[in-house]
Amino acid sequence: MTLVGESVKRIEDPRLITGKGTYVGDVSVPGMLHMQIVRSPHGHANIKNIDVSAANSSPGVVAIFTGADIAEQLGSLPVGWVLDEEMKQPPHPPLATDRVRMVGDAVAVVVADSIAEAVEAAELVDVDYEVLEAVVSAVDAQKSDAPQLHEEAPGNLAFKWEIEGGDWAETVKNADVVVKQDIINQRLIPNAIETRGVVADYNPGTDQITMWTSTQIPHLVRLLFTLVTGHPESKVRIIAPEVGGAFGSKLYLYAEEVIAGIVAKQLARPVRWIESRQENYVATAHGRDHISTAEIAGNKDGEITGINVVVNANLGAYLSTFAPLIPTILFGVMLAGQYKIQNVKCKVLGVFTNTTPTDAYRGAGRPEATYLLERMVDRFAQEIGRDPVTVRRKNMINAFRNGYETPTGVMYDTGNFKGALNKALEHFDYQGFRKEQREARRNGKLLGVGFSSYIEITGMAPSAVASSLGAGAGLWESSTLRVHPTGSVSVYSGTAPSGQGHETSFAQMVASQLGVAMENIEVHHGDTDKQQFGTGTFGSRSLAVGGAALHMSLEKVIAKAKKIAAHQLGVPEKQIELVNGTFIVEDIPESSIGFGDVALEAYLAKNLPPGMEPGLEATSFFDPENFTWPFGTHIAVVELDADTGEVKLKRYVAVDDVGNVMNPMIVDGMVHGGITQGIGQALWENGVYGDDAQLLSGSMLDYALPIAKNLPSYETDRTVTPTKVNPLGAKGAGEAGTIAACPAIVNACVDALNHLGVTHIDMPVTSEKVWRILDEKKKAHPRRK
Amino acid sequence: MVTSNFEYFAPESFDEAAALLAKHRDAAKILAGGQSLLPVLKLRLAAPEVLIDLSNVPELSGVSSDGDGLTIGAMTTYYDLSQSAEIQKAAPAIIEATSHVADVQVRNRGTIGGSLSHSDPAGDMPAVFLALNGSAVARTRRGTREIASDRWFVDLFATALRPTEIVTQIKIPTASGKSGSAYAKFENPASRYALAGVAASVSIGSDGNVSAARVAVTGVGSKATRAKRTERILIGKEPTASVIRRAADRAAAEIQDDLTEDIHASGEYRSHLAGVMAEQAITSAVERAG
Repeated sequence: MTLVGESVKRIEDPRLITGKGTYVGDVSVPGMLHMQIVRSPHGHANIKNIDVSAANSSPGVVAIFTGADIAEQLGSLPVGWVLDEEMKQPPHPPLATDRVRMVGDAVAVVVADSIAEAVEAAELVDVDYEVLEAVVSAVDAQKSDAPQLHEEAPGNLAFKWEIEGGDWAETVKNADVVVKQDIINQRLIPNAIETRGVVADYNPGTDQITMWTSTQIPHLVRLLFTLVTGHPESKVRIIAPEVGGAFGSKLYLYAEEVIAGIVAKQLARPVRWIESRQENYVATAHGRDHISTAEIAGNKDGEITGINVVVNANLGAYLSTFAPLIPTILFGVMLAGQYKIQNVKCKVLGVFTNTTPTDAYRGAGRPEATYLLERMVDRFAQEIGRDPVTVRRKNMINAFRNGYETPTGVMYDTGNFKGALNKALEHFDYQGFRKEQREARRNGKLLGVGFSSYIEITGMAPSAVASSLGAGAGLWESSTLRVHPTGSVSVYSGTAPSGQGHETSFAQMVASQLGVAMENIEVHHGDTDKQQFGTGTFGSRSLAVGGAALHMSLEKVIAKAKKIAAHQLGVPEKQIELVNGTFIVEDIPESSIGFGDVALEAYLAKNLPPGMEPGLEATSFFDPENFTWPFGTHIAVVELDADTGEVKLKRYVAVDDVGNVMNPMIVDGMVHGGITQGIGQALWENGVYGDDAQLLSGSMLDYALPIAKNLPSYETDRTVTPTKVNPLGAKGAGEAGTIAACPAIVNACVDALNHLGVTHIDMPVTSEKVWRILDEKKKAHPRRK
Repeated sequence: MVTSNFEYFAPESFDEAAALLAKHRDAAKILAGGQSLLPVLKLRLAAPEVLIDLSNVPELSGVSSDGDGLTIGAMTTYYDLSQSAEIQKAAPAIIEATSHVADVQVRNRGTIGGSLSHSDPAGDMPAVFLALNGSAVARTRRGTREIASDRWFVDLFATALRPTEIVTQIKIPTASGKSGSAYAKFENPASRYALAGVAASVSIGSDGNVSAARVAVTGVGSKATRAKRTERILIGKEPTASVIRRAADRAAAEIQDDLTEDIHASGEYRSHLAGVMAEQAITSAVERAG
């Protein structure tokens, strides 16, 4: 029996696709009240007065709280990553008291018997605002006359972070060519299909708070909730039931979680809050939003010698839990990519603006770094008149199995970058395409190809390294494996899936090692009263770190079971092995005992080896010694419509190396979803604020998400270069597609217009942007069609 | 996403519906398929005190045809329009437009009468209604009048319908001679409404020249609008590719002072797209007329 590496169908799917999953919105507690949050309609304003008298007398209203009422109990939302002592951490009250700094800032909560009554009453809360000047761009916010958001952060600067490996100044002196490019990585709005939601219950008899919340990090929510409110961690239970997508946006402690918990405690009644889609656009963290200038240096023979980047990172109105980490470490250390570039310099300015906070969004820092680097490699190739594939290959690090240290001071684990590039090219007839492209141009058709060779950082994370870089929590993972007397198995993992299929992948591991049938394995996650601790699911870590912890528990359980089996069979342990769920004695196949019988013996405890404790379970903690480093090459082919400017995606080839694969179907699914999100950013998605700090792309009518009919069938393949960082050899697959796709698409669009002298187009590459380029060229050269 | 409170009526006859509307007038909204109205209510952009649901009123759905043309019940859904052989034959532009409307769920609920009464500036059906020279039958308790499509669209989300009138039928006259119609649309990538949509109806005379043409543009300005200059260029000429292109270039000429500008597209780009879509729509309409 081996299930590892097989495309086992997801065991969580039957309940999810038949509507039997339990999401926060499905949780109902007797006597439950409903909470509606009054939010600021202004991007920046002083609160002069809040009059709740009319709302208070509205039908069904049980209580109304303003920031002034419960500020002390709510505390201030913490930052989980502190870059250095200079970093500014202005207060982030869950309910604003005297000032709002973004549209959607919470100013009051109305609690009523029904949601309809809560919504009606919330409309009657009369807030007197003194509107202040607002600023929405990270560059504008640094100007001397810009409105200031926080007294604690002069110039709206939260932090300045720098890294330099090698010597950029010297690199420039010695380079044949230095190419400079301004690049925008636009703001994205995650749009998980399930919005956030909280049900909070308080038991006045035990002083216990139980909270169901749609989160990727139940244990960290509990920890941070305790830090903020002072309610003992031992008296807080956080349950993340089914989570309908997250993509990083449910990786933080949010205001509503603190508010719901405290309101439930104040009223000694259960309280429910389900985020509307409208609220989701302004109240759930956004992603990206970098305004950058990049320089790439190299020689005419194609050698790239250095890269220098200055980034203005828009952090929004407050620091979200992991906001300082994303545009700095997860970005800056990745700037050498797959290449032997020896000189890397990066400066990041983290800036407050009157916008929704930004934080991790699928890929988190690595998409920004990869986009910048892969765009600049193409810029450089174009500048020196060389083929982009040739330039990539020339600069790629050769295959390595024992680490490669980058100039930014990180150690890639294993890699075979040219292997992935070659395999991608096997799927794609490059010379044939160039011929087709030339012919197409003669017929007035605009075809382009784009390459993206990426490496990313996953398997978060070695705790000591993370801590030295600013982490406020250990990033190891834990597992408990409990074998029941009848031989069925419960797995408890500290990871917390939001659609990644952990239950299947972990059950596959257990089934293949213990020989227990899949249907007799239950994987539990997302409940702080069941799992002793865990960090959650993010940074493509669940298999590489959580799976590794499960692997350790499996080894412990097998070791103990083997001792029991040997004792039962009366042979030395070394003569026994576990084959397909049965312990058999070497050379005597008829002498055997089933794993289930061993489990029963472990609990009956009437005939155990001397000194052995009864029971059959193990708990393990895995703290990796390094991150893991997936990589690959993606190729995109686009055709630009000469009349409308529309970008049509013709082909997409993806070769990823995520190390060993537990379930190829699940990995393919994650790659597909990731690519789609990357294409969404490259072509359509755009979080746009007006100068008055109103979110103009505040609904699905105005925020363009990718849809199936505009996407081709993806051609995916893999190379397999296992990591040595964990016993599974798995690297992580959840984010690769998102990281790779943007530069592949944009490089293809620029390639399609290369013959017209186009060097760069900012994302999203909208039809109008392409049309304007074509229109200008037409006007400049009227005879060229 | 919770609506304000409202009183809900589901009358079972037209007279009952008309009486309710006469009583509540501006305080009431007619609920047809609800695909535009319900989002507006949930977003609290509107808070009518009364909703009058036409679902139970008989004889408001279905398609029939005679020598004069098509008669389409106002409550006929996009899906039912798309399945009608009579429409496919007489007015393929309608079929094309329905295929562009939102998704299956919306097409199963949304109605032609609802769409025209709502008159979204980027809706698909308004342009088709104009190009096909349709008219809307508006009825009260007291009587009935027919409103020509040319008089229907008054302003942004505003039609010639009076507060006590309910649209019961849409009429599409039979076009003269060899004729064809088509709809071409460039979608807003977010909402999937039209950034520019153009419907064209063309008749070809025995001399091979265009004898009649109606072209209408949606998505580009505050309401669906006839492209009369485009029509004038076409009429009386042989519809060659270059004539069509020259005519299509003028598709947004009438709307230059009323161009929609937003985060999705500039007015200039919408105007350009109207030309590209007009060329596609006119070309297919001419092919179908042939």
